[in-house]
Amino acid sequence: MVIVALLAFVLAALPSMLSTYWITVFTAVAIYAVVALGLNLLMGRVGLVSLGQIAVLALGAWVAAKLLFDTSLPFPVVILLSGLITMVLGTIVGLPALRLTGLYLALITLMMAGAITVVLAATDFPNGGPGFLAHSESSLGSGATIRRPAVAETDPAYFRYVVVTAALMFLVALWHVRSKAGRAWEAIRQSEPAALAAGVNITLYKLWAFALASFMTGVAGALLAGNVGQLFNYQFPTRDNIILLAVVLMGGIYSIWGALVAGLLFRYLPALLDTWGLPADLLTILFGVGVLQVLLTAPAGIVEQFPKDMARLGRLVARGAGRVVGGVRRA
Amino acid sequence: MIEVENLQVRFGGVRPIDGMTLTFPGGTCGLIGPNGAGKTTFFNVLSGFVKPVAGAVRAFGEDLLGMPDYRRARWGLRRTFQTEQAIEKLSVYDNVALAHEHSGDGRGSLAEDVLGALDFVGLEVDPRSKVGTLGARERRLVEVARAVVGKPRVVLLDEPAAGLPDEETQHMGRVIRQIPEHSGALVILVDHDMSLVSACCEVTAVLDFGKLIASGPTAEVLRDEKVMKAYLGTEET
Repeated sequence: MVIVALLAFVLAALPSMLSTYWITVFTAVAIYAVVALGLNLLMGRVGLVSLGQIAVLALGAWVAAKLLFDTSLPFPVVILLSGLITMVLGTIVGLPALRLTGLYLALITLMMAGAITVVLAATDFPNGGPGFLAHSESSLGSGATIRRPAVAETDPAYFRYVVVTAALMFLVALWHVRSKAGRAWEAIRQSEPAALAAGVNITLYKLWAFALASFMTGVAGALLAGNVGQLFNYQFPTRDNIILLAVVLMGGIYSIWGALVAGLLFRYLPALLDTWGLPADLLTILFGVGVLQVLLTAPAGIVEQFPKDMARLGRLVARGAGRVVGGVRRA
Repeated sequence: MIEVENLQVRFGGVRPIDGMTLTFPGGTCGLIGPNGAGKTTFFNVLSGFVKPVAGAVRAFGEDLLGMPDYRRARWGLRRTFQTEQAIEKLSVYDNVALAHEHSGDGRGSLAEDVLGALDFVGLEVDPRSKVGTLGARERRLVEVARAVVGKPRVVLLDEPAAGLPDEETQHMGRVIRQIPEHSGALVILVDHDMSLVSACCEVTAVLDFGKLIASGPTAEVLRDEKVMKAYLGTEET
Protein backbone atom coordinates (compact mmCIF):
# COMPACT_ATOMS: atom_id res chain seq x y z
CA MET A 1 0.00 0.00 0.00
CA VAL A 2 2.75 2.41 1.01
CA ILE A 3 4.68 1.29 -2.04
CA VAL A 4 1.76 1.91 -4.43
CA ALA A 5 1.21 5.39 -2.99
CA LEU A 6 4.93 6.10 -3.25
CA LEU A 7 4.99 4.94 -6.86
CA ALA A 8 1.99 7.12 -7.76
CA PHE A 9 3.66 10.14 -6.14
CA VAL A 10 6.97 9.50 -7.87
CA LEU A 11 5.31 9.13 -11.28
CA ALA A 12 2.82 11.96 -11.03
CA ALA A 13 4.27 14.68 -8.85
CA LEU A 14 8.01 14.24 -8.44
CA PRO A 15 9.24 15.22 -11.96
CA SER A 16 7.47 18.60 -11.83
CA MET A 17 8.99 19.35 -8.42
CA LEU A 18 12.60 18.76 -9.44
CA SER A 19 15.21 20.44 -11.58
CA THR A 20 16.77 18.59 -14.53
CA TYR A 21 19.81 17.75 -12.38
CA TRP A 22 17.77 16.04 -9.69
CA ILE A 23 15.62 14.25 -12.25
CA THR A 24 18.78 12.69 -13.71
CA VAL A 25 19.91 11.80 -10.20
CA PHE A 26 16.60 10.12 -9.35
CA THR A 27 16.62 8.29 -12.68
CA ALA A 28 20.00 6.88 -11.64
CA VAL A 29 18.54 6.03 -8.21
CA ALA A 30 15.80 3.96 -9.87
CA ILE A 31 18.31 2.22 -12.15
CA TYR A 32 20.71 1.36 -9.33
CA ALA A 33 17.81 0.21 -7.16
CA VAL A 34 17.29 -2.51 -9.78
CA VAL A 35 21.00 -3.41 -9.67
CA ALA A 36 20.78 -3.51 -5.87
CA LEU A 37 17.68 -5.67 -6.16
CA GLY A 38 19.71 -8.31 -8.01
CA LEU A 39 22.32 -8.44 -5.25
CA ASN A 40 19.59 -8.24 -2.60
CA LEU A 41 18.01 -11.40 -4.01
CA LEU A 42 21.32 -13.23 -4.29
CA MET A 43 22.44 -12.39 -0.75
CA GLY A 44 19.21 -12.06 1.16
CA ARG A 45 17.38 -15.00 -0.37
CA VAL A 46 19.98 -17.52 -1.45
CA GLY A 47 22.94 -16.44 0.68
CA LEU A 48 25.29 -15.95 -2.29
CA VAL A 49 27.69 -13.01 -2.07
CA SER A 50 28.51 -11.54 -5.47
CA LEU A 51 31.01 -8.72 -5.85
CA GLY A 52 30.58 -8.59 -9.61
CA GLN A 53 27.23 -6.91 -10.09
CA ILE A 54 28.56 -3.57 -11.36
CA ALA A 55 30.59 -5.43 -13.98
CA VAL A 56 27.41 -7.29 -14.99
CA LEU A 57 25.73 -3.87 -15.22
CA ALA A 58 28.53 -2.73 -17.53
CA LEU A 59 27.93 -5.81 -19.68
CA GLY A 60 24.24 -4.99 -19.89
CA ALA A 61 24.98 -1.37 -20.81
CA TRP A 62 27.49 -2.51 -23.45
CA VAL A 63 24.99 -4.90 -25.04
CA ALA A 64 22.24 -2.26 -24.99
CA ALA A 65 24.47 0.44 -26.50
CA LYS A 66 25.55 -1.96 -29.23
CA LEU A 67 21.95 -2.89 -30.03
CA LEU A 68 20.77 0.73 -29.95
CA PHE A 69 23.48 1.90 -32.35
CA ASP A 70 23.35 -1.05 -34.74
CA THR A 71 19.65 -1.76 -34.93
CA SER A 72 16.42 0.18 -35.04
CA LEU A 73 14.71 -2.20 -32.63
CA PRO A 74 12.13 -0.55 -30.35
CA PHE A 75 13.56 0.40 -26.94
CA PRO A 76 11.52 -2.15 -24.92
CA VAL A 77 12.81 -4.93 -27.18
CA VAL A 78 16.37 -3.70 -26.61
CA ILE A 79 15.76 -3.72 -22.85
CA LEU A 80 14.47 -7.29 -23.01
CA LEU A 81 17.33 -8.48 -25.25
CA SER A 82 19.95 -6.79 -23.05
CA GLY A 83 18.39 -8.51 -20.05
CA LEU A 84 18.44 -11.91 -21.74
CA ILE A 85 21.96 -11.66 -23.14
CA THR A 86 23.29 -10.36 -19.80
CA MET A 87 21.43 -13.21 -18.12
CA VAL A 88 23.50 -15.72 -20.08
CA LEU A 89 26.78 -13.85 -19.43
CA GLY A 90 25.99 -13.22 -15.76
CA THR A 91 25.09 -16.83 -15.17
CA ILE A 92 28.53 -17.78 -16.45
CA VAL A 93 30.01 -15.35 -13.90
CA GLY A 94 27.84 -17.11 -11.31
CA LEU A 95 28.97 -20.64 -12.20
CA PRO A 96 31.61 -20.74 -9.43
CA ALA A 97 28.71 -20.32 -6.98
CA LEU A 98 27.84 -23.95 -7.54
CA ARG A 99 31.07 -24.94 -5.82
CA LEU A 100 31.98 -21.95 -3.68
CA THR A 101 30.22 -19.90 -1.04
CA GLY A 102 30.97 -16.97 1.24
CA LEU A 103 34.33 -15.25 1.03
CA TYR A 104 35.68 -17.40 -1.80
CA LEU A 105 32.68 -16.75 -4.02
CA ALA A 106 32.95 -13.03 -3.24
CA LEU A 107 36.62 -13.08 -4.19
CA ILE A 108 36.07 -14.96 -7.45
CA THR A 109 33.22 -12.68 -8.56
CA LEU A 110 35.30 -9.60 -7.68
CA MET A 111 38.18 -10.92 -9.79
CA MET A 112 35.79 -11.56 -12.68
CA ALA A 113 34.53 -8.00 -12.29
CA GLY A 114 38.11 -6.79 -12.42
CA ALA A 115 38.72 -8.81 -15.58
CA ILE A 116 35.63 -7.39 -17.27
CA THR A 117 36.74 -3.88 -16.33
CA VAL A 118 40.17 -4.50 -17.87
CA VAL A 119 38.62 -5.70 -21.14
CA LEU A 120 36.34 -2.66 -21.18
CA ALA A 121 39.27 -0.33 -20.54
CA ALA A 122 40.95 -1.77 -23.64
CA THR A 123 37.92 -1.82 -25.93
CA ASP A 124 35.58 0.77 -24.40
CA PHE A 125 31.86 1.07 -25.04
CA PRO A 126 30.12 1.29 -28.41
CA ASN A 127 29.80 4.90 -29.51
CA GLY A 128 28.51 4.40 -33.04
CA GLY A 129 31.85 3.37 -34.54
CA PRO A 130 32.32 0.52 -37.05
CA GLY A 131 32.88 -3.21 -36.47
CA PHE A 132 31.85 -5.53 -33.66
CA LEU A 133 33.25 -3.32 -30.93
CA ALA A 134 31.41 -0.35 -32.49
CA HIS A 135 33.88 2.00 -30.86
CA SER A 136 35.99 4.57 -32.63
CA GLU A 137 38.30 7.11 -31.03
CA SER A 138 37.51 9.66 -33.75
CA SER A 139 33.85 9.84 -32.84
CA LEU A 140 34.70 10.61 -29.17
CA GLY A 141 32.91 13.74 -28.14
CA SER A 142 31.32 14.11 -31.54
CA GLY A 143 27.98 13.59 -29.90
CA ALA A 144 26.88 10.14 -31.08
CA THR A 145 24.27 9.84 -28.36
CA ILE A 146 22.54 6.60 -27.38
CA ARG A 147 18.91 7.01 -28.32
CA ARG A 148 16.00 6.94 -25.92
CA PRO A 149 12.53 5.48 -26.46
CA ALA A 150 10.36 7.64 -28.69
CA VAL A 151 7.78 8.06 -25.93
CA ALA A 152 10.39 9.24 -23.45
CA GLU A 153 12.80 11.63 -25.16
CA THR A 154 12.76 14.27 -22.42
CA ASP A 155 14.32 13.82 -18.98
CA PRO A 156 11.05 13.78 -16.98
CA ALA A 157 9.47 11.37 -19.46
CA TYR A 158 12.53 9.11 -19.38
CA PHE A 159 12.48 9.24 -15.59
CA ARG A 160 8.90 7.94 -15.61
CA TYR A 161 9.86 5.29 -18.17
CA VAL A 162 12.71 4.08 -15.92
CA VAL A 163 10.55 4.08 -12.79
CA VAL A 164 7.87 1.97 -14.47
CA THR A 165 10.47 -0.51 -15.74
CA ALA A 166 12.09 -0.65 -12.30
CA ALA A 167 8.67 -1.23 -10.71
CA LEU A 168 8.16 -4.16 -13.09
CA MET A 169 11.49 -5.64 -11.97
CA PHE A 170 10.41 -5.33 -8.32
CA LEU A 171 7.16 -7.08 -9.21
CA VAL A 172 9.09 -9.92 -10.84
CA ALA A 173 11.24 -10.18 -7.72
CA LEU A 174 8.22 -10.11 -5.43
CA TRP A 175 6.52 -12.80 -7.46
CA HIS A 176 9.64 -14.95 -7.23
CA VAL A 177 10.19 -14.63 -3.48
CA ARG A 178 6.56 -15.45 -2.74
CA SER A 179 6.46 -18.54 -4.93
CA LYS A 180 8.16 -21.90 -5.28
CA ALA A 181 11.52 -20.36 -6.14
CA GLY A 182 11.49 -18.12 -3.06
CA ARG A 183 10.82 -21.05 -0.76
CA ALA A 184 13.58 -23.07 -2.40
CA TRP A 185 16.06 -20.18 -2.05
CA GLU A 186 15.19 -19.64 1.60
CA ALA A 187 15.74 -23.34 2.30
CA ILE A 188 19.09 -23.31 0.49
CA ARG A 189 20.22 -20.26 2.47
CA GLN A 190 19.52 -21.80 5.85
CA SER A 191 20.44 -25.42 5.19
CA GLU A 192 21.42 -27.10 1.94
CA PRO A 193 20.86 -30.58 3.44
CA ALA A 194 17.32 -29.65 4.45
CA ALA A 195 16.68 -28.18 0.99
CA LEU A 196 18.00 -31.32 -0.65
CA ALA A 197 15.96 -33.55 1.63
CA ALA A 198 12.85 -31.60 0.57
CA GLY A 199 13.70 -32.31 -3.06
CA VAL A 200 15.07 -28.89 -4.04
CA ASN A 201 17.40 -29.07 -7.04
CA ILE A 202 20.07 -26.85 -5.48
CA THR A 203 22.16 -26.43 -8.64
CA LEU A 204 19.13 -25.34 -10.66
CA TYR A 205 17.88 -22.83 -8.10
CA LYS A 206 21.28 -21.27 -7.49
CA LEU A 207 21.76 -20.80 -11.22
CA TRP A 208 18.23 -19.47 -11.48
CA ALA A 209 19.02 -16.85 -8.84
CA PHE A 210 22.11 -15.74 -10.74
CA ALA A 211 20.17 -15.74 -14.00
CA LEU A 212 17.39 -13.61 -12.52
CA ALA A 213 19.80 -11.16 -10.88
CA SER A 214 21.77 -10.88 -14.12
CA PHE A 215 18.62 -10.35 -16.16
CA MET A 216 17.56 -7.49 -13.90
CA THR A 217 21.04 -6.00 -13.94
CA GLY A 218 21.07 -6.22 -17.75
CA VAL A 219 17.77 -4.38 -17.89
CA ALA A 220 19.26 -1.74 -15.59
CA GLY A 221 22.24 -1.52 -17.94
CA ALA A 222 19.97 -0.76 -20.89
CA LEU A 223 18.17 1.93 -18.87
CA LEU A 224 21.51 3.39 -17.85
CA ALA A 225 22.68 3.58 -21.46
CA GLY A 226 19.60 5.61 -22.33
CA ASN A 227 20.03 7.82 -19.27
CA VAL A 228 23.63 8.92 -19.75
CA GLY A 229 23.64 9.01 -23.56
CA GLN A 230 27.32 8.10 -23.78
CA LEU A 231 29.05 5.30 -21.92
CA PHE A 232 32.63 5.25 -20.66
CA ASN A 233 34.43 2.59 -18.69
CA TYR A 234 35.15 5.01 -15.80
CA GLN A 235 31.42 4.91 -15.03
CA PHE A 236 31.89 1.34 -13.80
CA PRO A 237 34.89 1.34 -11.46
CA THR A 238 35.70 -2.00 -9.83
CA ARG A 239 35.44 -0.49 -6.36
CA ASP A 240 31.75 0.25 -7.00
CA ASN A 241 31.17 -3.51 -6.74
CA ILE A 242 32.21 -3.31 -3.09
CA ILE A 243 30.31 -0.11 -2.41
CA LEU A 244 27.20 -1.72 -3.88
CA LEU A 245 27.56 -4.56 -1.38
CA ALA A 246 27.85 -2.01 1.44
CA VAL A 247 24.71 -0.07 0.45
CA VAL A 248 22.73 -3.28 -0.15
CA LEU A 249 23.65 -4.45 3.36
CA MET A 250 22.73 -1.04 4.80
CA GLY A 251 19.44 -0.94 2.91
CA GLY A 252 18.55 -4.38 4.22
CA ILE A 253 18.84 -7.73 2.49
CA TYR A 254 15.87 -9.54 3.98
CA SER A 255 13.27 -7.33 2.32
CA ILE A 256 13.33 -6.55 -1.38
CA TRP A 257 12.44 -2.92 -0.55
CA GLY A 258 15.86 -2.63 1.04
CA ALA A 259 17.09 -2.36 -2.55
CA LEU A 260 15.21 0.96 -2.89
CA VAL A 261 17.08 2.35 0.10
CA ALA A 262 20.29 0.97 -1.38
CA GLY A 263 19.60 2.81 -4.65
CA LEU A 264 19.09 6.07 -2.73
CA LEU A 265 22.29 5.59 -0.76
CA PHE A 266 24.24 4.74 -3.89
CA ARG A 267 23.18 7.63 -6.12
CA TYR A 268 21.16 10.21 -4.13
CA LEU A 269 23.54 10.59 -1.21
CA PRO A 270 26.62 11.39 -3.37
CA ALA A 271 24.59 13.99 -5.30
CA LEU A 272 23.43 15.49 -2.02
CA LEU A 273 26.98 15.74 -0.65
CA ASP A 274 28.02 17.26 -3.97
CA THR A 275 25.44 20.05 -3.76
CA TRP A 276 26.51 20.74 -0.17
CA GLY A 277 30.08 21.08 -1.37
CA LEU A 278 31.32 18.18 0.74
CA PRO A 279 33.98 15.80 -0.58
CA ALA A 280 32.69 12.52 -2.07
CA ASP A 281 35.33 10.57 -0.12
CA LEU A 282 33.27 11.28 2.97
CA LEU A 283 30.88 8.64 1.63
CA THR A 284 33.42 5.86 2.02
CA ILE A 285 33.64 6.72 5.72
CA LEU A 286 29.87 7.05 6.05
CA PHE A 287 29.27 3.72 4.37
CA GLY A 288 31.93 2.07 6.52
CA VAL A 289 30.24 3.31 9.67
CA GLY A 290 26.86 2.38 8.22
CA VAL A 291 27.84 -1.20 7.49
CA LEU A 292 29.32 -1.57 10.98
CA GLN A 293 26.12 -0.23 12.51
CA VAL A 294 24.00 -2.62 10.42
CA LEU A 295 26.13 -5.64 11.27
CA LEU A 296 26.19 -4.84 14.98
CA THR A 297 22.73 -3.53 15.75
CA ALA A 298 20.33 -3.83 12.83
CA PRO A 299 21.04 -6.88 10.67
CA ALA A 300 17.78 -6.36 8.77
CA GLY A 301 19.00 -2.98 7.53
CA ILE A 302 17.56 0.51 7.32
CA VAL A 303 14.34 -0.58 5.59
CA GLU A 304 13.28 -2.50 8.72
CA GLN A 305 15.07 -0.46 11.36
CA PHE A 306 13.89 3.00 10.30
CA PRO A 307 10.13 2.39 10.77
CA LYS A 308 10.86 0.79 14.18
CA ASP A 309 12.99 3.77 15.23
CA MET A 310 10.30 6.19 14.05
CA ALA A 311 7.62 4.30 16.00
CA ARG A 312 9.84 4.40 19.10
CA LEU A 313 10.43 8.12 18.60
CA GLY A 314 6.68 8.60 18.20
CA ARG A 315 6.00 6.81 21.48
CA LEU A 316 8.69 8.86 23.22
CA VAL A 317 7.23 12.12 21.93
CA ALA A 318 3.73 11.00 22.90
CA ARG A 319 4.91 10.08 26.39
CA GLY A 320 6.72 13.41 26.72
CA ALA A 321 3.64 15.30 25.60
CA GLY A 322 1.49 13.27 28.00
CA ARG A 323 3.80 14.18 30.88
CA VAL A 324 3.60 17.88 30.00
CA VAL A 325 -0.20 17.76 29.81
CA GLY A 326 -0.35 15.82 33.10
CA GLY A 327 1.94 18.39 34.73
CA VAL A 328 -0.30 21.24 33.63
CA ARG A 329 -3.32 19.47 35.04
CA ARG A 330 -1.59 18.95 38.38
CA ALA A 331 -0.58 22.61 38.50
CA MET B 1 10.63 -53.04 1.87
CA ILE B 2 14.20 -51.76 1.97
CA GLU B 3 17.07 -54.18 1.46
CA VAL B 4 20.55 -53.10 2.45
CA GLU B 5 23.38 -55.29 1.24
CA ASN B 6 26.96 -55.19 2.47
CA LEU B 7 26.96 -51.38 2.79
CA GLN B 8 30.34 -49.82 3.50
CA VAL B 9 31.20 -46.18 4.20
CA ARG B 10 34.67 -44.87 4.84
CA PHE B 11 35.81 -41.47 6.13
CA GLY B 12 39.57 -41.80 5.73
CA GLY B 13 40.55 -44.61 8.04
CA VAL B 14 37.26 -44.64 9.92
CA ARG B 15 34.49 -47.02 8.90
CA PRO B 16 31.22 -45.67 10.29
CA ILE B 17 29.31 -48.33 8.34
CA ASP B 18 31.21 -51.56 7.92
CA GLY B 19 29.46 -54.24 5.90
CA MET B 20 25.86 -53.63 6.96
CA THR B 21 23.31 -56.11 5.62
CA LEU B 22 19.74 -55.65 6.73
CA THR B 23 16.11 -55.67 5.60
CA PHE B 24 13.42 -53.26 6.74
CA PRO B 25 10.17 -55.13 6.08
CA GLY B 26 7.66 -52.25 6.33
CA GLY B 27 5.55 -50.38 8.82
CA THR B 28 7.58 -48.53 11.45
CA CYS B 29 11.05 -49.99 11.95
CA GLY B 30 13.41 -48.98 14.73
CA LEU B 31 17.13 -48.45 14.23
CA ILE B 32 19.08 -48.11 17.44
CA GLY B 33 22.64 -48.28 18.66
CA PRO B 34 25.11 -46.42 20.86
CA ASN B 35 26.54 -43.07 19.77
CA GLY B 36 28.76 -43.46 16.73
CA ALA B 37 27.12 -46.72 15.69
CA GLY B 38 26.46 -45.35 12.19
CA LYS B 39 22.73 -44.62 12.38
CA THR B 40 22.83 -41.04 11.08
CA THR B 41 25.50 -41.98 8.54
CA PHE B 42 23.11 -44.64 7.24
CA PHE B 43 20.40 -41.98 6.83
CA ASN B 44 22.91 -39.74 5.07
CA VAL B 45 23.72 -42.55 2.66
CA LEU B 46 20.02 -42.95 1.87
CA SER B 47 19.65 -39.17 1.39
CA GLY B 48 22.69 -39.01 -0.87
CA PHE B 49 24.84 -36.78 1.39
CA VAL B 50 27.38 -39.59 1.84
CA LYS B 51 28.58 -41.87 -0.96
CA PRO B 52 29.29 -45.43 0.17
CA VAL B 53 32.37 -47.20 -1.14
CA ALA B 54 30.53 -50.47 -1.58
CA GLY B 55 27.13 -52.06 -1.18
CA ALA B 56 23.63 -51.62 -2.49
CA VAL B 57 20.31 -50.32 -1.21
CA ARG B 58 17.09 -51.42 -2.90
CA ALA B 59 13.89 -49.70 -1.85
CA PHE B 60 10.71 -51.32 -3.13
CA GLY B 61 12.78 -53.00 -5.81
CA GLU B 62 14.48 -49.81 -7.03
CA ASP B 63 18.17 -49.02 -6.77
CA LEU B 64 18.14 -46.02 -4.43
CA LEU B 65 21.86 -45.22 -4.60
CA GLY B 66 21.70 -44.85 -8.39
CA MET B 67 19.28 -41.91 -8.15
CA PRO B 68 20.53 -38.27 -8.12
CA ASP B 69 20.18 -36.94 -4.57
CA TYR B 70 17.49 -34.32 -5.23
CA ARG B 71 15.42 -36.85 -7.17
CA ARG B 72 15.16 -39.15 -4.17
CA ALA B 73 12.65 -36.80 -2.54
CA ARG B 74 10.56 -36.89 -5.69
CA TRP B 75 10.75 -40.69 -5.60
CA GLY B 76 9.31 -40.52 -2.10
CA LEU B 77 12.25 -40.45 0.30
CA ARG B 78 11.76 -37.97 3.16
CA ARG B 79 13.66 -37.32 6.33
CA THR B 80 14.00 -35.23 9.44
CA PHE B 81 17.28 -34.21 11.02
CA GLN B 82 18.87 -34.87 14.39
CA THR B 83 19.30 -31.13 14.85
CA GLU B 84 15.95 -29.96 13.54
CA GLN B 85 16.12 -28.07 10.24
CA ALA B 86 12.81 -26.26 9.87
CA ILE B 87 13.40 -23.16 7.73
CA GLU B 88 13.15 -20.23 10.14
CA LYS B 89 12.37 -17.39 7.73
CA LEU B 90 9.51 -19.27 6.11
CA SER B 91 6.05 -19.69 7.55
CA VAL B 92 4.81 -23.05 8.81
CA TYR B 93 2.73 -23.38 5.66
CA ASP B 94 5.64 -22.52 3.34
CA ASN B 95 7.91 -25.03 5.07
CA VAL B 96 5.53 -27.86 4.30
CA ALA B 97 4.63 -26.47 0.85
CA LEU B 98 8.36 -26.47 0.03
CA ALA B 99 8.58 -30.24 0.48
CA HIS B 100 5.34 -30.82 -1.38
CA GLU B 101 6.04 -28.74 -4.47
CA HIS B 102 9.61 -29.94 -4.93
CA SER B 103 8.95 -33.59 -4.27
CA GLY B 104 5.38 -33.96 -5.51
CA ASP B 105 4.30 -34.49 -9.08
CA GLY B 106 3.22 -30.84 -9.31
CA ARG B 107 -0.45 -31.68 -9.63
CA GLY B 108 -3.11 -32.03 -6.97
CA SER B 109 -4.11 -29.55 -4.37
CA LEU B 110 -1.14 -27.99 -2.62
CA ALA B 111 -3.08 -26.10 0.05
CA GLU B 112 -5.28 -29.05 0.94
CA ASP B 113 -2.33 -31.45 1.25
CA VAL B 114 -0.27 -28.99 3.31
CA LEU B 115 -3.10 -28.23 5.74
CA GLY B 116 -3.85 -31.95 5.87
CA ALA B 117 -0.26 -32.73 6.88
CA LEU B 118 -0.32 -30.00 9.55
CA ASP B 119 -3.55 -31.43 10.87
CA PHE B 120 -2.12 -34.96 10.83
CA VAL B 121 0.84 -34.05 13.03
CA GLY B 122 -1.48 -32.13 15.37
CA LEU B 123 0.10 -28.71 14.98
CA GLU B 124 -2.33 -26.10 16.27
CA VAL B 125 -0.37 -22.93 15.43
CA ASP B 126 -1.40 -20.48 12.73
CA PRO B 127 0.06 -21.82 9.45
CA ARG B 128 1.10 -18.26 8.57
CA SER B 129 3.36 -17.84 11.59
CA LYS B 130 7.09 -17.84 10.95
CA VAL B 131 8.91 -20.98 12.09
CA GLY B 132 11.56 -18.80 13.76
CA THR B 133 8.97 -17.73 16.35
CA LEU B 134 8.01 -21.29 17.33
CA GLY B 135 9.17 -23.52 20.17
CA ALA B 136 11.07 -26.80 19.93
CA ARG B 137 7.96 -29.00 19.87
CA GLU B 138 6.28 -27.07 17.06
CA ARG B 139 9.45 -26.96 14.97
CA ARG B 140 9.89 -30.72 15.31
CA LEU B 141 6.30 -31.21 14.22
CA VAL B 142 6.81 -28.89 11.23
CA GLU B 143 9.70 -31.10 10.18
CA VAL B 144 7.59 -34.23 10.53
CA ALA B 145 4.78 -32.57 8.54
CA ARG B 146 7.34 -31.82 5.83
CA ALA B 147 8.26 -35.50 5.79
CA VAL B 148 4.71 -36.84 5.47
CA VAL B 149 3.06 -34.33 3.12
CA GLY B 150 2.07 -35.64 -0.31
CA LYS B 151 3.07 -39.19 -1.15
CA PRO B 152 6.10 -40.30 0.85
CA ARG B 153 7.30 -43.88 0.40
CA VAL B 154 10.11 -43.91 2.95
CA VAL B 155 10.22 -41.60 5.97
CA LEU B 156 13.48 -41.39 7.93
CA LEU B 157 13.11 -39.90 11.41
CA ASP B 158 16.40 -39.01 13.10
CA GLU B 159 15.72 -38.58 16.82
CA PRO B 160 12.45 -36.70 16.24
CA ALA B 161 11.75 -36.37 19.95
CA ALA B 162 15.25 -35.35 21.11
CA GLY B 163 15.02 -32.63 23.73
CA LEU B 164 11.26 -32.87 24.13
CA PRO B 165 9.58 -33.43 27.51
CA ASP B 166 7.72 -36.73 28.16
CA GLU B 167 4.17 -35.75 27.26
CA GLU B 168 5.34 -34.17 24.00
CA THR B 169 7.37 -37.28 23.21
CA GLN B 170 4.21 -39.31 23.71
CA HIS B 171 2.38 -37.09 21.24
CA MET B 172 5.23 -37.53 18.76
CA GLY B 173 4.99 -41.30 19.28
CA ARG B 174 1.29 -41.28 18.45
CA VAL B 175 2.00 -39.33 15.27
CA ILE B 176 4.83 -41.67 14.22
CA ARG B 177 2.71 -44.79 14.77
CA GLN B 178 0.04 -43.43 12.43
CA ILE B 179 2.39 -42.56 9.54
CA PRO B 180 2.42 -45.99 7.81
CA GLU B 181 -1.35 -46.25 7.90
CA HIS B 182 -1.90 -42.60 6.97
CA SER B 183 0.47 -42.40 4.02
CA GLY B 184 1.50 -45.97 3.28
CA ALA B 185 5.15 -45.08 3.86
CA LEU B 186 7.80 -47.22 5.48
CA VAL B 187 9.15 -45.42 8.54
CA ILE B 188 12.62 -45.87 9.99
CA LEU B 189 12.94 -44.38 13.46
CA VAL B 190 16.31 -43.65 15.02
CA ASP B 191 16.12 -42.75 18.68
CA HIS B 192 17.81 -43.25 22.02
CA ASP B 193 14.50 -43.21 23.86
CA MET B 194 13.74 -46.93 24.19
CA SER B 195 10.19 -46.37 25.38
CA LEU B 196 9.49 -44.38 22.21
CA VAL B 197 11.08 -47.08 20.03
CA SER B 198 9.15 -49.82 21.87
CA ALA B 199 5.91 -47.92 21.51
CA CYS B 200 6.31 -47.22 17.80
CA CYS B 201 8.20 -50.08 16.20
CA GLU B 202 7.20 -53.68 15.62
CA VAL B 203 10.72 -54.54 14.51
CA THR B 204 14.04 -53.03 15.46
CA ALA B 205 17.61 -53.37 14.24
CA VAL B 206 20.65 -52.60 16.35
CA LEU B 207 23.92 -51.22 15.02
CA ASP B 208 27.24 -51.12 16.76
CA PHE B 209 30.46 -49.88 15.16
CA GLY B 210 28.78 -49.89 11.74
CA LYS B 211 27.69 -53.51 11.93
CA LEU B 212 24.32 -55.09 12.52
CA ILE B 213 24.39 -56.90 15.87
CA ALA B 214 20.72 -57.80 16.27
CA SER B 215 17.38 -57.45 14.54
CA GLY B 216 13.86 -58.75 14.99
CA PRO B 217 10.73 -58.00 17.00
CA THR B 218 11.47 -54.96 19.18
CA ALA B 219 10.78 -56.56 22.58
CA GLU B 220 13.07 -59.48 21.83
CA VAL B 221 15.84 -57.29 20.45
CA LEU B 222 15.82 -55.07 23.54
CA ARG B 223 16.28 -58.18 25.75
CA ASP B 224 19.14 -59.45 23.59
CA GLU B 225 22.37 -59.90 25.50
CA LYS B 226 24.61 -58.47 22.81
CA VAL B 227 22.43 -55.36 22.66
CA MET B 228 22.63 -54.77 26.38
CA LYS B 229 26.36 -55.29 26.24
CA ALA B 230 26.73 -52.77 23.44
CA TYR B 231 24.70 -50.18 25.34
CA LEU B 232 25.99 -50.74 28.82
CA GLY B 233 29.48 -51.81 27.96
CA THR B 234 29.39 -54.54 30.60
CA GLU B 235 28.42 -58.19 30.51
CA GLU B 236 25.15 -59.26 32.08
CA THR B 237 25.53 -61.83 34.79
